[in-house]
Amino acid sequence: MAATEITLEVARYRPGVDSEPVLQSYQVPLREHWAILDGLTYVKDHLDGTLSFRWSCRMGICGSCGMTVNGEPQLSCATFLTDYAPGPIRVEPLHNFPVVRDLVVDIDDFMTKLPKVKPWVIREVQSPIEEGEYLQTPEEMDECQQFSMCINCMLCYSACPVYSLEPDFLGPAAIALAQRYNLDSRDEGADERRDVLSSPEGIWACTFVGECSAVCPKGVDPAGAIQRYKLTAATQSIKELLMPRSLIPRSKG
Amino acid sequence: MNRRRSPEPLLWMLFSSGGMVAALMVPILLFLFGIVFPLGLLSTPSHAHLYAVLHNPLTRLVLFGLCALALFHWAHRFRYTLYDGLQLKRYAVPIVVLCYGGAVVGCVIAAGLLLTV
Repeated sequence: MAATEITLEVARYRPGVDSEPVLQSYQVPLREHWAILDGLTYVKDHLDGTLSFRWSCRMGICGSCGMTVNGEPQLSCATFLTDYAPGPIRVEPLHNFPVVRDLVVDIDDFMTKLPKVKPWVIREVQSPIEEGEYLQTPEEMDECQQFSMCINCMLCYSACPVYSLEPDFLGPAAIALAQRYNLDSRDEGADERRDVLSSPEGIWACTFVGECSAVCPKGVDPAGAIQRYKLTAATQSIKELLMPRSLIPRSKG
Repeated sequence: MNRRRSPEPLLWMLFSSGGMVAALMVPILLFLFGIVFPLGLLSTPSHAHLYAVLHNPLTRLVLFGLCALALFHWAHRFRYTLYDGLQLKRYAVPIVVLCYGGAVVGCVIAAGLLLTV
């Protein structure tokens, strides 16, 4: 007979109570369409109301419910209990971030880094609204669209071994989002992003392990974005060595 | 994060071109000189013929380029293997000297061999 329950081993950390995270086991119903997040919601509603975790949309769009499931960074709303049967399933907070409580991590570091790469369309001169939208061909849109799928879930930061060793590293998602705008035909801000991106804490800290792209739940390829910008930045540096900066034409991405 | 003059872009260029050149050329050379010629699948060029090819300045330049870039590829990768893999970043200065210095020494030896052979 198929099992009707599965064990969740959930990392608990209650500031002021626990000196370090401890695992606590809960039995939850093993239902075919239940994600890890449904299991945690069941725990909170029926077994232990003190369990804390972040979630919002429950459909892989908001990027709030990232957790470490059996050692791998996952969106807990898109990871199903049955895939781990017969269990137990270990659920921990995202690695590489300070834990606030239970499965809730402090994301301030990412929130501080993200605006540094100016992830928005920058224009040297704004066209008047009467002139309409900035038009783009489908080919131009394809250049940057993949990177625009990022939902800021930070699984890539959790998976990145460089970020765990070098907390100053700008990180995969921030660089991929910078490239999302650098590669956008409507954007003119590549030069403004360059100092941050090509600093030692930017692309040059990356050693192309590629875990960021492997764990991304949205199929974004941050490792590819970083490699591509390395070539852009290195080419620009060498051009600058050979000729004065004023002579170098603007380059995209 | 201000712009700082860093040799990293240049080192990365050497690393990445070294990886590409080695990946393209080394398998071909190994295939020819390690499998095809020893097994007699193609008629083996004579010693005199290969010697003449090796004395062409263009051959020497290409082989030197392959050796030099592959050595810098090794240096860069080994440096980061020591930094991150073995967590030895606190010894950054001697590691940099060992890796890139080793690549430079290797280049000198390669040039010497190619010119004196």
